[in-house]
Amino acid sequence: MTTAPMELFAGTPRNARDHRVEWLVRTLLGMMTALLIVPVVIVLALLVVRGGSAISWEFLTTPPVDGMTAGGILPALVGTVWLVAVALVASVPVGVAAAVYLSEYAPDNWLTRSINLAIINLAGVPSIVHALFGVGAFVLFFRFGTSILAASLTLAVMTLPVVIVSTRESLQAVPRAFREACWNMGATRWQTIRRIVLPNAVSGILTGIILEVSRTSGETAPIMFTGAAFFLPFLPQGVLDQTMAMSLHLFVIATQVPDAPDALPFGVALVLISMVLAMNALSIGFRIYVRGRKKW
Amino acid sequence: MTRDALARSRDFDRRGAAWYMDRAVTLFVFVGGISAILFIVGIFAFIAREGFGFVFTEFDAGEFFGSIAWRPTSMIERTYGALALIVGTASITGLAMVVSIPFSLAAAVFIGEFARGRTRETLKVLVELLAAIPSVVWGFIGLSIMNPLIIDTFGVPIGLNVLNAGVILGLMAAPIMTTIAEDALKAVPDGYREAAEALGATRWQVIRKVVIPAARNGLVAAVLLGVGRGFGETMVVLMASGHAINLPDSVFDSVRALTATIAAELGETAVGSEHYQALFTLGILLFAVTFAINLTADVIVRGIRRKGR
Amino acid sequence: MRPCSPRAARLSSLASILAFACGGASVGGAREVIQNKGSDTLVNVAQAWAESYSEVDSAVAVAVSGGGSGTGISAMINGTVDIANSSRRMTSSEIGAARANGTDPVEHLVGYDALAVYIHAHNPLDFLSMQQLAGIYGDDGTIERWSQLGIEMPGCPSDEIVRVSRQNNSGTFAYFREAVLDNYDFKLGSHDMHGSKDVVDLVAHTPCAIGYSGLAYATPEVKTPCLAASDTCVAPSMETALDGSYPISRPLLMYTPGDPVGEVKEYLDWVLGEEGQCIMLEAGYTPVAPVECVQ
Repeated sequence: MTTAPMELFAGTPRNARDHRVEWLVRTLLGMMTALLIVPVVIVLALLVVRGGSAISWEFLTTPPVDGMTAGGILPALVGTVWLVAVALVASVPVGVAAAVYLSEYAPDNWLTRSINLAIINLAGVPSIVHALFGVGAFVLFFRFGTSILAASLTLAVMTLPVVIVSTRESLQAVPRAFREACWNMGATRWQTIRRIVLPNAVSGILTGIILEVSRTSGETAPIMFTGAAFFLPFLPQGVLDQTMAMSLHLFVIATQVPDAPDALPFGVALVLISMVLAMNALSIGFRIYVRGRKKW
Repeated sequence: MTRDALARSRDFDRRGAAWYMDRAVTLFVFVGGISAILFIVGIFAFIAREGFGFVFTEFDAGEFFGSIAWRPTSMIERTYGALALIVGTASITGLAMVVSIPFSLAAAVFIGEFARGRTRETLKVLVELLAAIPSVVWGFIGLSIMNPLIIDTFGVPIGLNVLNAGVILGLMAAPIMTTIAEDALKAVPDGYREAAEALGATRWQVIRKVVIPAARNGLVAAVLLGVGRGFGETMVVLMASGHAINLPDSVFDSVRALTATIAAELGETAVGSEHYQALFTLGILLFAVTFAINLTADVIVRGIRRKGR
Repeated sequence: MRPCSPRAARLSSLASILAFACGGASVGGAREVIQNKGSDTLVNVAQAWAESYSEVDSAVAVAVSGGGSGTGISAMINGTVDIANSSRRMTSSEIGAARANGTDPVEHLVGYDALAVYIHAHNPLDFLSMQQLAGIYGDDGTIERWSQLGIEMPGCPSDEIVRVSRQNNSGTFAYFREAVLDNYDFKLGSHDMHGSKDVVDLVAHTPCAIGYSGLAYATPEVKTPCLAASDTCVAPSMETALDGSYPISRPLLMYTPGDPVGEVKEYLDWVLGEEGQCIMLEAGYTPVAPVECVQ
């Protein structure tokens, strides 16, 4: 191999080997990354192939019949919407307030560090432990019984870190100069936050909320003992009712309902995953849009 | 003169309202801010409230940690040996880490250091989608698809085992590890890379000799958080591990996990009974271990930040 | 008249706001709700009853949830259900706990369930004695291989018997322990599944497996061998469950806190009437007494 005079390193035999290694490593890493992603594609394809035939308009808009071996999933769909909505009402104000505090007010001291640690832990506590907390606190102590309220509050506590972290990130992305300009005009801290910081961060906050919806709608363990029911012949009327839910419905159909046609659990799984992925796609799209619009 | 004073006092009042509003909001967001602490303390307080009745009476540490006989409803003698559950959780999490650590770190390096532009964005989105698949869907896949697949492929008696749950758990833990590991790589200043490149190092040499050592703490934290994720997963281990009290000899043996035991048994247990309290005791154990894992990860991450400053 | 229509639930964005407003309204609403909870064995037929009953009396809605006999009974002790379904009798300590809470549980027999032993469809085993069954499942049992039962199981090269059981507080688990193991402990290491269907599904897909569940869960993919308590081997069926010749058939019960009144009484009467019992038969359980049903 001849040495190219202009390239100081590339041509020497040792470096040629290095570049071969580099190419090998790159290919290997790329393949491993692909292997991580392939299962997602396989899972999605399987659900579509085996569950697609179950999906129809009737499937989405009628309740289950014949001992849940036929009919649709309406009560479960509506129940999941209820659970998510009530969880959002509870968690978004608290989560946004926490993020505003951490981003705009919190001094760098032990309290702030404890809060951050608590957030990490709240996100890391196993979902079944959240379920135990829900049973101990909401179902029994506060006497909500097994109800939408108890289940949603359990979910709200569990997904609070999602809202806090994403909101805090989008608040911190607002340049400090914006705030300073506002303070110089004589505005109070809250006026600055309300008029300048929050409006500039609102899309980022929404992204986080959508992500929370996605997380909340797929959770099973926290609602098993706090508010979700095996079967209910009617739609929930209020937050003290029990409800069916998509995630638990999949678990029930997969493990407890005899004679269900093969496509049924796959169909339920397909609808559940479509809901979750649609929410995620919305959140990702939102993020890209926000990034494109940013002027600073 | 009077008019002037009036105007000034009105002005003052207006400022006053804004000031009070500001104080009120400060208080509100402060309460929001410490809510995370209140909740984490609340979680511990409530599970302890239900579980301590057992811990301080029937609890026998030797039996709990040393015996596999989990027989909370026995008519002969009720025993609460959690050893098999602890080993079950550990074996599934262990296999999950064997699967996910190399793949997630490889993916983090590839996405963070090699991939560029659109490829990189697409890969990041796909990893995020991997994280979005609900655990009950994974559990269902383990039960309905992986079980027969493992029986046919390996000729073993049953496909609901450590292998099934471990591989799925590995896939579930991979996105969080990839994301955090990639953040850790990103936190390494570009100056390090440029300096190494200026010395003639190839990209891989830069990564191996400079970036990875510099990001080491962050990568360890990523692995720890992945372990935490696997450790606490419930639905997958309930549906795909076989749920059998057993000390496994190989990945083809069925096991039972701590989380799955709570999920399977809590529903039918009378509130306040010994069995109910024992299940909350398992919850206390889970809480304590994940707390320790997260605390360690935090200390390690904070270690980097201090060094970075 | 009602401040909140069911349609409100569909307006996802409004649902959350309405939620708090409606919370109390649902309790005193026009529709009477009967809370029905308990046994997984009964849950499917309970669900079928609830479904049909909404046509009999549209003013009454029956909310069914499973979770197991223990769930239903503990909910009744805690006073949160109107009817608890159970596939086992309440224990004296449970009755004591209920009385301490001021409720006097009343038992209603609604049918029988033959507890079938399930094996893979290709399993050549036809005959199983109660001693053999206890030897497979019991703590001191010594039967761990199919060859010990004198058969060679195709598709199960390891020859190992994979024991499939239920979680330790289900009614099915408790009844099996009582009837087969004489209340001694199960051998550890069985696969403790979460539902009756789970057991049958797993056995259907696992050649080495043996399991037990209500006969109603039988599918063409599994086999139910006959069981011999003495000399004669009796196949599980509704008839053998009703005449008592099948050794492990159990009563299916509904408990009410005190004597049922009003809607609950009407519902129970309907369940025990011809229509309800025919639904029971159709779901694969044995009615309390022979009934004539038109298909």
